[in-house]
Amino acid sequence: MENNGWNEFEIGAMLRSFDGAATDIATTHQEDRNYSSSNSFTASVADWRIEKPLFNKDYCIDCQFCWIYCPDMSIISRDKKMIGVDMDHCKGCGICVEVCPTNPKSLLMFAEQQNEEEALAAWPEKEEKEK
Amino acid sequence: MSEIKKIKNLKEFSTSADRFEGANLLCPGCAHSIIVREVLNATNDDLILSAATGCLEVCTAVYPYTSWDASWIHIGFENGSTAVAGAEAMYNALKKKGRLKQPDREPKFVSFAGDGASYDIGFQWISGCFERGHNMMHVVLDNEVYANTGGQRSSSTPIGSSATTSPAGRVSYGEKKNKKDMLSIMAAHGAPYVAQVAPNKWKNMVKAIQQGFAVEGPVFINAMSACTTEWKFAPEDTIDISDMATDSLVFPLYEIIDGKKLNITYRPKNVIPVEEYLAAQGRFKHLFKDQFKYLIKEWQERIDSNWDYLQRREEAGV
Repeated sequence: MENNGWNEFEIGAMLRSFDGAATDIATTHQEDRNYSSSNSFTASVADWRIEKPLFNKDYCIDCQFCWIYCPDMSIISRDKKMIGVDMDHCKGCGICVEVCPTNPKSLLMFAEQQNEEEALAAWPEKEEKEK
Repeated sequence: MSEIKKIKNLKEFSTSADRFEGANLLCPGCAHSIIVREVLNATNDDLILSAATGCLEVCTAVYPYTSWDASWIHIGFENGSTAVAGAEAMYNALKKKGRLKQPDREPKFVSFAGDGASYDIGFQWISGCFERGHNMMHVVLDNEVYANTGGQRSSSTPIGSSATTSPAGRVSYGEKKNKKDMLSIMAAHGAPYVAQVAPNKWKNMVKAIQQGFAVEGPVFINAMSACTTEWKFAPEDTIDISDMATDSLVFPLYEIIDGKKLNITYRPKNVIPVEEYLAAQGRFKHLFKDQFKYLIKEWQERIDSNWDYLQRREEAGV
């Protein structure tokens, strides 16, 4: 994106989301789309995060609660399976962790600098319910 | 008429490809984009969208970026609804003249607006759209405050809420007026479908949106949007707060068909006291001081009588 001065902008603007013809976007997943440089998908808000969610596949039951309630389209689900978190667009709000129903949770918040392998190795055990 | 997208369960729904992109500048934990996703993913048809000025507009169209993967327009604060109505009128005209390039692809027309742009500033325009009977859907992202400009009260702000133009203090308990009953107003326009929805009840919401897309004529959707910044709660609690709102019946979920028949679409199994909902949010913090405690009782009585009224209307089928 070239840098323009404040007085070089036109009043009103038209931005294209995709390069070239874009038909049937509703059935095309992100990896197959031809995003233009003015689509915010090409930008990142990763620096907003203080904590990041990490995903442990072993406990996930693919309920997709995290997918539906993620405000930033950052839960990647393909073929009814949750496959990971999009760390470019996640703002670290923590909703996915709150709505995760498994025990222990398959998504947990960690400090941004936390090493993923170490976190997965030290994942909490199943909590026994108090009777 | 194009086919309605089949959404039986959440797994099936999760195969949808989002047409709303990340790296928008909405606050972490904002319910706006949850609502937008549930609306856009409810159909696979082409979309013609607009947004009135508000959080959604300023955060998703920050030059040089756009977060929308469908035709989207923004003009002014008040005329988001008429922008889409104009597009719909033009679509119909071109269709009649046989000048559409892809006549088999029927788009859906949706305008998004906040409660400020719907309840106050854009009210006249929406009323006009509904009176003319455009085949469109107007979705209100109801966060009960002008969140984009710093939390001024709107006519959707409920009694006792502290807003920057009606702050709570030693003497005042904040907002003095009760929330406008927008659903009844829009139903009185004779709209074929009017519904109040909440993003945490996704199935209920998607069903309402699909029914709205299926009917001919103007459709009004009032979607509760919990605002982490102005309601003052932690960003990860958005869904919890929304659950409290629907389960305490502060936001009853119901629909009005043809302006005449009211159906309650969600009945909580365990109704929680309104006090819990109020206590969870910073904007109602002052109500728990001794001098304002009587308002909590009034809240509960008002919510109970409203729920009673809705049930009586449903039973009577009016």
